[in-house]
Amino acid sequence: MPARPVSRRAAVLLPLGVAGTGGVAAWRLLSRMRGGTYDPHALPSPLVGREVPAFDLPALSAPAQAAAAGLTSRQIVAAKRPALVNFFASWCAPCAEEAPVLEELKSRGVPIYGIAYKDDMTAAKRFLKGTGDPYVRVGADKLGTVAIDFGLYGVPETYALDAGGVVRRRWVGAVTTDMARNSVLPLLRSLG
Amino acid sequence: MIPEMGHYALALAVVLAGAQACMPLWGVWARDRRLMGAAPAFAFGQLIAVGASFLCLVWSAISDDFSVLNVAENSATLKPLLYKVTGTWGDHEGSILLWCLILSACGGAVAGFGRNLPIGLRTRVLGVLGATSVGFLLFSLTVSDPFVRLWPPPLEGRDMNPLLQDPGLALHPPVLYAGYVGFSIPFAFAVAALMEGRVDAAWARWVRPWTLASWCFLTGGIALGSWWAYYDLGWGGYWFWDPVENASLLPWLTGTALLHSAVVVEKREALKAWTVLLAIATFSLSLTGTFMVRSGLLNSVHTFASDPTRGVFILGLLAAIIGGSLALFALRAGSLRAVGVFAPLSREGALVLNNVLLCSICAVVFVGTAYPPLAELVFGAKLSVGAPYFNLAALPLSAPLFAAMPFGLVMPWKRAAVLPALQRVWWAGALAVAVYVLAALGLGHGLAALAFAGAAWLVVGGFVEIVARGKVLQATFSQSLSRLLGTPLAAWGAAIAHAGMGITVAGIAGMSLSSSDIVTVQPGQTIHFSGYDWTLSGVRDEAGSNYNARVADLVVEHAGRVVAVMHPSRKSFTTQQTTTTDTAIQTNGWRDLYTVLGGERGGQAVLRLYVNPLAPWIWLGALVMAAGGSISLVGRRLRLTVSLRSRTSVPASAL
Repeated sequence: MPARPVSRRAAVLLPLGVAGTGGVAAWRLLSRMRGGTYDPHALPSPLVGREVPAFDLPALSAPAQAAAAGLTSRQIVAAKRPALVNFFASWCAPCAEEAPVLEELKSRGVPIYGIAYKDDMTAAKRFLKGTGDPYVRVGADKLGTVAIDFGLYGVPETYALDAGGVVRRRWVGAVTTDMARNSVLPLLRSLG
Repeated sequence: MIPEMGHYALALAVVLAGAQACMPLWGVWARDRRLMGAAPAFAFGQLIAVGASFLCLVWSAISDDFSVLNVAENSATLKPLLYKVTGTWGDHEGSILLWCLILSACGGAVAGFGRNLPIGLRTRVLGVLGATSVGFLLFSLTVSDPFVRLWPPPLEGRDMNPLLQDPGLALHPPVLYAGYVGFSIPFAFAVAALMEGRVDAAWARWVRPWTLASWCFLTGGIALGSWWAYYDLGWGGYWFWDPVENASLLPWLTGTALLHSAVVVEKREALKAWTVLLAIATFSLSLTGTFMVRSGLLNSVHTFASDPTRGVFILGLLAAIIGGSLALFALRAGSLRAVGVFAPLSREGALVLNNVLLCSICAVVFVGTAYPPLAELVFGAKLSVGAPYFNLAALPLSAPLFAAMPFGLVMPWKRAAVLPALQRVWWAGALAVAVYVLAALGLGHGLAALAFAGAAWLVVGGFVEIVARGKVLQATFSQSLSRLLGTPLAAWGAAIAHAGMGITVAGIAGMSLSSSDIVTVQPGQTIHFSGYDWTLSGVRDEAGSNYNARVADLVVEHAGRVVAVMHPSRKSFTTQQTTTTDTAIQTNGWRDLYTVLGGERGGQAVLRLYVNPLAPWIWLGALVMAAGGSISLVGRRLRLTVSLRSRTSVPASAL
């Protein structure tokens, strides 16, 4: 075999190297997925294990009635029940997709608190009228400050709280029927 | 009984595929022509066995045999017949069986159409296909068994996800899989060539039609998927840069590169190792995409079935197929020597540029898709990569690709000059500039105008070579006509496919100008939006075979004339207890009126209204691309038939 430049010999090995690295990485991820330490749908939240951040949000209605109809963290803690806090927005398509799943969770007796994230009030109300309102109470986080306290990545995002108001888990993205059945409901049952 | 027969046929298929992998390759090694000649028979046998197994699954679904887990979980008595059949590949196990069926059909196709292949090459190709089949059939037989029984059987099945009960999506997996799996044939040819240590023009002549056919299917499959997302999800978008969508785009990009580099191997015997690598990469990306989605490693809105335990099996399979072929490539690629030399400015040079740009886009999309799980692994950080990254990264690479496409068609082989090329394309360029000026003035939107100019450049530029060949406006009409008729179909195919890309670009540019609104209306109320008057005449009930629907009747008027009566609806599926929204779309080819019934509250209906300019062009362009590919394929087949007939006897090729 004639002598070939080293660069060419290295070049033909390169694809194998890339594929091999990718394969090893995929194997590590898979084994972590099986061990339960990696879930592509779950984002670890620094809030997990801590009490829900304190907030006091106005309602979606006119400012005059705001104080009475809004949502505060104290109300959630005072309810002493495992609950979900769901961030949504009228401009978010996956939020509309998860609405029927939230309705189903509501019909199974799960209290869900809604926070309208950086949303126009009338648009948010119209959204709830259109897709259905699964929430016990809704607060308007117009400036997104509460979302910063929660460490929100985007909407929709859902947090599970235990009866003491401690955050136990977060789901990023739309909650699907499968997630509701296999993950959300079992967790809430184990908390309550 | 029928499911057991299906299971048995599957086991039989594994044995036949194993024989197809081992015995012919043993025959090549031992130079035993009888063993080598047995390869096509094994391929046909495997196809029959897998086909029988698949029919058994379809039969179980049609006959509502809920003792089969697969049927119980995905079907219901009330489901329409079409969806009972297509539902068999709606879930994981069934889709893998469909995958196996298409893979064995590829083997059958090579065995059937490849009679005049050199026997050594044919045997190796069928051997490689057989080995690939063994892996996937074993997967289906062991960890992904579609025939698992359920006892006691339920009285009624759980029905299919209503989102999937749709004719577009029913067709989508078979077409997409035909594209994915079709690339197993160029892959098998590439591995066979590495085994032989020889790649020549004849090899490329065999590889190209298979690549072209798979590419047409993949193009159609991606377009169908995007169309489904557009009209079924009801979000008004057509491409979300979702991992599942990216997984289908990646092999399309390398497949397109392969399509072009194989031309260089056929005409000029250059870029051999590169073409072989592309053939391996394309099939590897098809497999990787399936693996990432099926194992649930990627977080996607389209993931309806995922399971990490199966992921381990597929990963092992991928390691064997991809790792094995790339190791063989590393060993043998050095022996593939280029014969033809060419100047940088030439048809070959243009095709190299095409390959570089396509592969760069592929790399960019791949990095964006694979980065979130890798970042989690390496840095422990959770992040997501969204549309802004992909748009920002892919656009600067697409622009030079589109700019160069018409030049590629007019460049001669070996060595080209700038001036003659410019002479042929200048009027396409002038037209594009005119479109830009008109669009920029009319729309006041610079980027969209640029995209429209690019679209015009691609569509017109696709045909400059045809026009030059036909001496249109230079010779008399009849002379031009006869010259045009004499132009090979392959040239027409290339022109049409390039023009199809332009049509898609125009559609995407048009969609960027779409407008939308959410309105709450009472029956009888009229809304003015985007130049149209939308009147809700009422909302009524309608009962289907397995659902109840609320249907809105919407009259759309423009300048006092009724242009459309639309019926967006919400369907409640009785068995699955879920609701879906059915969009109503009215198109006149230039714009889509797109409406979604959001819901009803206190006698009022919430409607989402969209006006999407040129939206249908996105999928029309993909269809035109696939049609161009098919025309080229037909032209090739005709030419080969003629050249075979002109030769009285084909000499039996030696090993």
